[in-house]
Amino acid sequence: MYHPHTESDREEMLKAIGKSSIEQLFDAVPKAFRFPELKLPPRLTEMEAMGLLQDLAEGNETSRDLPMFLGAGAYNHYIPAAVDFILKRGEFYTAYTPYQPEISQGTLQAIFEFQSHVVNLTGMEVSNASHYDGATAAAEALNMARMVSRNKRTKAVISPALHPHYRETIDTYIQGENFTVVGPELDPASSPDALFGLIDEDTAVVMVQYPDFFGRIYDLSALAEKAHAVGALLSVSVNPLALAMFKSPGEYDADIVSGEGQPLGIPLSYGGPYLGLLATKEKYVRTIAGRLVGETVDVNGKSGYVLTLSTREQHIKRDKAGSNICSNQGLMMLAATVYVSLLGREGLKEVAALNYHKAHYAAEQIASLDGFELWSDAVFFNEFAVRCPMPVAELNEELLDAGIIGGLDLGDAYPGMENVMLVAVTEMTSKEDIDYLVTALQEVANG
Amino acid sequence: MAETTIYDKSSPGRRGVRFPQPDVPLTKLPESLMRKELPLPEVSENEVVRHFTRLSQLNYGVDIGFYPLGSCTMKYNPKVNEAAARLPGFALIHPLQPVDTVQGALHLMYELQEHLKEIGGFAGMTLQPAAGAHGELTGVLIIKKFHEVNGEPQRNKILIPDSAHGTNPATSAMSGFKVVEIPSDGRGNVDLEALRAECDETLAGFMLTNPNTLGLFDENVCDISALVHEAGGLMYGDGANMNALLGIAKPGEFGVDIMHYNLHKTFSTPHGGGGPGSGPVGVCERLVDFLPGPVVVAETIDDGFEMPFYRFDVPKYSIGRMKAFHGHFGMMVRAYAYILAHGAEGLREVSEYAVLNANYLMHKLKGVYKLPYDRVCMHEFVIEGRWSGIEDIHALDISKRLMDYGFHPPTNYFPLIVREALMIEPTETESIETLDAFAEAMLRIAEEAKTNPEILHEAPHNTPIGRLDEVQAAKNLILCCGLPTQYAE
Ligand SMILES: Cc1ncc(COP(=O)(O)O)c(C=O)c1O
Repeated sequence: MYHPHTESDREEMLKAIGKSSIEQLFDAVPKAFRFPELKLPPRLTEMEAMGLLQDLAEGNETSRDLPMFLGAGAYNHYIPAAVDFILKRGEFYTAYTPYQPEISQGTLQAIFEFQSHVVNLTGMEVSNASHYDGATAAAEALNMARMVSRNKRTKAVISPALHPHYRETIDTYIQGENFTVVGPELDPASSPDALFGLIDEDTAVVMVQYPDFFGRIYDLSALAEKAHAVGALLSVSVNPLALAMFKSPGEYDADIVSGEGQPLGIPLSYGGPYLGLLATKEKYVRTIAGRLVGETVDVNGKSGYVLTLSTREQHIKRDKAGSNICSNQGLMMLAATVYVSLLGREGLKEVAALNYHKAHYAAEQIASLDGFELWSDAVFFNEFAVRCPMPVAELNEELLDAGIIGGLDLGDAYPGMENVMLVAVTEMTSKEDIDYLVTALQEVANG
Repeated sequence: MAETTIYDKSSPGRRGVRFPQPDVPLTKLPESLMRKELPLPEVSENEVVRHFTRLSQLNYGVDIGFYPLGSCTMKYNPKVNEAAARLPGFALIHPLQPVDTVQGALHLMYELQEHLKEIGGFAGMTLQPAAGAHGELTGVLIIKKFHEVNGEPQRNKILIPDSAHGTNPATSAMSGFKVVEIPSDGRGNVDLEALRAECDETLAGFMLTNPNTLGLFDENVCDISALVHEAGGLMYGDGANMNALLGIAKPGEFGVDIMHYNLHKTFSTPHGGGGPGSGPVGVCERLVDFLPGPVVVAETIDDGFEMPFYRFDVPKYSIGRMKAFHGHFGMMVRAYAYILAHGAEGLREVSEYAVLNANYLMHKLKGVYKLPYDRVCMHEFVIEGRWSGIEDIHALDISKRLMDYGFHPPTNYFPLIVREALMIEPTETESIETLDAFAEAMLRIAEEAKTNPEILHEAPHNTPIGRLDEVQAAKNLILCCGLPTQYAE
């Protein structure tokens, strides 16, 4: 209960407006529906509510309780203390979208710096102020490509190694429209070269993930060339942390970059809120979804920041807008901005390298076990797929008994891959955790 | 003084946070795939913290003062909610963990689904949508799929009142629907005759915001629902204004078939400077099978324990997934904490005081500012920021001048059907003293408009920066900082 009204306040206010009871304010609501009973638990004091929430929280096994090898688009990374310190500043987290720039320069400048970090990481020229998450950003990227083709092209070529949730989200967004997606039916083990044959004059966009859903990194230059040769765009869905070490999509001449910014200082939090990234080349800036912040000057010539190119957006264009997004991921954008600023050029490289080396150590150790082998020999970042001697579903149950949360069962999304596990390793995974996993896998597999 | 950018503060070799040396043997790096340059700033931790602290000081938030931004429900954000969402048991769990290792989280989600169903009068609920507009998209795609499954794919038209928020038409168009605007009548209600004329066999649905964006409860809501339903359409409710209706009325009972909530408005989760939001969608019985999957279901397993077992399920005709994973769980924790803190009685008080505050403030401004619809309002109201005889004062001038008095301005120029609209939503968490002080500032500004219009035109005077040149920003696009010095040519 957070309202300040005393009984005498209420009386005074009612008197001022000439009503004798609060009920009278609701006369416009049809009588039959007025003041329904709500069956809810009785209200609790803060102390009681916190106790209850603490009990619920303790009903979960966390990444601190058990070594965890799950990734698949959400990663357990270290978040420096300073990040949350900044997020907790009421001036930031209790503000709305910065519609009034004179009293929102803090948020606006943070977005401007965020846009810069994203541009520098991805090698694109412009970034928006964030989208909901990696999946919705991918769907918007596809939408952008359709707009670039003026809705003339009716096909997207999408890699089977795009995150299954992203692919499903795209399917949801385009259902019932004259637009088709090809590619997901291809063998997920294939490299992006397998997409070449699907790209034609009707293709609006070719979409791949980098690193792909299985953790693999491929050179995308040939794919970009193929796409551009027929006038299609190349859209790349990224893990921005990998971009601290691997070539950026911009270096491959990609046209649109979407991505999931969660690895940049955002807690796992059971899947959200995370941070959608969306960036592109300057020539496509008018098709980008969501808010953009630009630098300008005030009446006295002092430099400052404002929301700009709003004429793309729903509040101006209404049914002609390219996207309906309004609220985005403001505070998560701030987390990523602080995180990248804090780690900086060297820190980000350091974390990426730690992820790489630890993941490779884990892969090597697991592959050396009898019955286990790496599913692919491609270069990878911090995640890799392993073929196991038994169904992953069974393996994971045994691992859980041993106090380990195993990797993802790829059979869930890819029929036929029931024996393949997707294993993620980050800077938070110690050598001890990895060795313990390896021992446990060996024991389970040997019965 | 303006704060320079974090890039301006960069100095080669300076470090913020460091990480441990690898505890594993190193693996060779794939040179041909490695990037050569990473043009990011190099700054110390102290400098980063000072930078963002100073930036925060250029912002205005609910924690600083009154923020009557209409349609946004800028109520107080309880601090215990922040603490709860950060509990390790909530913050450190992975969305793909086996469900038996996250029963606490699923229990919370299940209960939140149930509570939101009860509050709005719905039979089904998804927590997946990321914000209000994303909830709208979910709902409109449900409308589309429903008609398809019923063999009526020709229903390709969505009706939207002219007072609606921009996301309503944008969402409908994005889902492939034709949008037809329905005018409002003289009392601010939907014009029933205009509605009737559009109720034909191509009608897919009607998007109603009730109370609408004028802050008025549409008195014809039952007739509207009846017209739409008789024509075979579905009623979508934009629940952005649910802060007026908690325990007052259940939209599901007055004919709304689908509705999104904004947890970041009604249920006090912070706006975060523009997000993250959370837009759960409730549906009536006949649409439950169309919800995006997965939703949380409870099953009681007879294993001697009391607690039901929770798991995910995908509804039969599901429109599919709206985003990765399960939605903004961190926001769900906060909203759940908020509902726990109120119970049925407390939630009704929220809406009662939200509406009382709005009416009180409206009353105080009424004689001086023009009220386009002079009726009892709900949780917000709209006035005109203009006077005949003072032609060059606009809503924007009044808003900017309010900043000098230490207040956040109301929403400007929305809804579009009111000239020079100023949309004021005080919320229930403001005291009578705050409302009085705001009213006094508004009355003083009205006086200034007559006696000293220049002071309004030049406002704000007391903010860190003056009015900004938006035309130049759009014409000469600068969307990024310059590179750190060692990269700049
Ligand atoms: C009436 C109305 N509908 C929809 C929205 C969109 O909500 P969101 O910003 O959460 O997407 C808003 C937001 O301001 C609104 O006021």
